[in-house]
Amino acid sequence: MKKFAFTLMMLITSLNLFAQNNDIEMADALRSNGKIYIVVICVAIILIGLLIYLFTLDRRLKMLEKKNSNKN
Amino acid sequence: MKKNWWKILGAVLVLYSTIAGFLIGVPRLAILHESIRNLYFHVPMWFAMIVLFSNSIFYSVKSLSTQSEEDDLKAVESVNAGVLFGILGLLTGMVWAKFAWGEFWSFDPKQNFSAISLLLYFAYLILRNAIDEEQKRAKISAIYNIFAFPMMIVLIFVLPRLKDSLHPGNGGNPGFNMYDLDSRMRMVFYPACLGWILIGYWVYTIRFRISSLVYKQQ
Repeated sequence: MKKFAFTLMMLITSLNLFAQNNDIEMADALRSNGKIYIVVICVAIILIGLLIYLFTLDRRLKMLEKKNSNKN
Repeated sequence: MKKNWWKILGAVLVLYSTIAGFLIGVPRLAILHESIRNLYFHVPMWFAMIVLFSNSIFYSVKSLSTQSEEDDLKAVESVNAGVLFGILGLLTGMVWAKFAWGEFWSFDPKQNFSAISLLLYFAYLILRNAIDEEQKRAKISAIYNIFAFPMMIVLIFVLPRLKDSLHPGNGGNPGFNMYDLDSRMRMVFYPACLGWILIGYWVYTIRFRISSLVYKQQ
């Protein structure tokens, strides 16, 4: 899984290696030394955490709804 | 699981658009530099807000004819979720504006009008809380919502286009379509919009389910 994700990430990123005019400053250094991946991983972790939290909230709510409908 | 497919789709799209939004190449543009990637995060907030407000007016109109409390709850929770995304859109826009235009708030027409349209919806929520009687509250707030929605559309989509604006696509300013919103950016931008709309709708359904539970318990 890890390998697959990494390959996918590399595939996606290799698309932008054909940079054109280099006189406009972009985060090229961050990209060339690979530090951008650290940022991406952190943001992805936060997002995954929040989404999982949303799913568990949803599940707890479903349990409550079930309990409530049994009562009535 | 079968009923939840759209939640999973939303989660996957948002995750994809965030990762790809950082990694996929973007056009090299002066002033914007890497901040052009904000397009994938700032604009979808507004799309999610518009969809939630549309959902709200749909249920407001429906509640006028059905008189059902459920439709009224759907309308208000939709606004609640929409306001959340509106505030997020405003804040992300302010941060982006600081670095692209130099000020957090440069009194750009679109900035002003979107803030005003959010205030319209705050007024809706306050109006609701001010009325105790249920039937009356449902009716008055539904009618208010019917007036607020076209105002919001005019304020956000029509008026800013008539004036010179710093926002792309308004006044004499070229839109992002002209700033080559090239095929690479489209590949991320459209999934991001759809994903955030789905997440926004999900937040709304959670809010609605909670408030209808509370309502049943009374």
